[in-house]
Amino acid sequence: MDYTPPPLFNRGPTPFVRLLLCALLSIGLLIADARLDYLDGIRQVVAVVVYPLQRLAGTPASIFDRIGDFFVTQARLRNDNTRLGEQNLQNAAKLRQFEALSAENTHLRDLLTARQKFPAGTLMAEVLYAGRDPFTRRVIIDKGLQDDIKAGQPVIDEIGVIGQITRVYPWLSEVTLITDKDQVVPVQNLRNGLRAVLGGTGNDGELELKFIPLNADFQTGDQLVTSGIDAVYPPGLPVAQVSNVERNAAYLFARITCKPLAGVSSHAQVLVVNWENKVPERPQPAEKSTGGKRRRGS
Amino acid sequence: MQNESRPQTILLPVKPLFIAFTLVAALLANLLPWSGWPLAIKPDFVALIVLHWCILQPRRAGFTVAMLFGLAMDVADGSLLGQHALAYSMLAFAGIVLHRRVLSFTMKDQILHVIPLLLANDVIVLVVRKLAGGEFPGITYFCGSIIAGALWMPLCYLLKLPQIPTPDPDHV
Repeated sequence: MDYTPPPLFNRGPTPFVRLLLCALLSIGLLIADARLDYLDGIRQVVAVVVYPLQRLAGTPASIFDRIGDFFVTQARLRNDNTRLGEQNLQNAAKLRQFEALSAENTHLRDLLTARQKFPAGTLMAEVLYAGRDPFTRRVIIDKGLQDDIKAGQPVIDEIGVIGQITRVYPWLSEVTLITDKDQVVPVQNLRNGLRAVLGGTGNDGELELKFIPLNADFQTGDQLVTSGIDAVYPPGLPVAQVSNVERNAAYLFARITCKPLAGVSSHAQVLVVNWENKVPERPQPAEKSTGGKRRRGS
Repeated sequence: MQNESRPQTILLPVKPLFIAFTLVAALLANLLPWSGWPLAIKPDFVALIVLHWCILQPRRAGFTVAMLFGLAMDVADGSLLGQHALAYSMLAFAGIVLHRRVLSFTMKDQILHVIPLLLANDVIVLVVRKLAGGEFPGITYFCGSIIAGALWMPLCYLLKLPQIPTPDPDHV
């Protein structure tokens, strides 16, 4: 005897069964994405499908911006022009000095047979929008695989480092800002050359130097630049300024908060740095290796 | 009961294309370049529309729609793949199971059903991100759902417009 309902009333599995299926599928996706990094392919495919919608959604704002640009007052343009002219003059003087110093540096390095520093190329990109995920600090820029962007490239503005490319789509890429909780930048104190690791806190405009001993020589106002030892960021890019040093003997490490120098959350154009650091082969570890520094991959 | 005292018009059946159109429009609204404080209090339009169609047309929209648009949101947001898919399918489940109950209430009481469901949606995303090592983004994270609740009434009105039949001039 067949007790199943006639097909007229057959509505397939109950909502609960469907929910279980969907939940299992989603949790499977979550685990595969968060723990195993298997899903880049799916992500790329869906990204291609969503891309036209993203561009379409961005259109009204960009049209609005263009109309705004069109109605810029003449006074503002003249002001800008004078300011930029002056700045250009100052920069030109600095540039001459820099060229001389750079030539001298090359010469000295030659004399010392030290490794040459590799010049970095840059590619300008436009910030399309801030990442909507409230748990991370990211921006989306309009250059992607098509422009040879690779995950791991540093992103700077005219002042200093703002972040690093973490995910590349065909026409877009995601920049994780240095203020993101999981983002770290190896830095060096400009005043005394002390190396440290600078991590984001998840709050805008606040960074933290991690694992600094209580007696380390860091003072309020110290400038931090990239140290370049990670082979990700070119050395010498300004990153942050120490804004507060708190030494509490109750804790193992000093609590040093810093302020990012670059306009991390406010910019329209950024530069993606194309810096290929040819790090020499790591020497074979000796018998008793102390475990060298791990290079932070992308 | 909501409509017992008022004369009721018999609505036309909703077109599947219209459902698809509203969902894509909601996705577009989510993808607008929001930033600053509007981003912090922005309602999740896709969640709202998915819930709306699951409550009003549980036979037309359901888990497939929720999963697909959840995945699209995950990729567009660059978040973990599957977090919105999971949250939206929970929302679809709640909508489908509760649709008779919710529709028997007045508009004001419907909003009181919608807000907790959307908040639950947020909580699922929050739990998933917490487990993955994220940081709680602050209490403003929940503002969007409250605002979405306020949008429920105009939304219901707007989405019902295409279903209201035009009066036939030849009708005697």
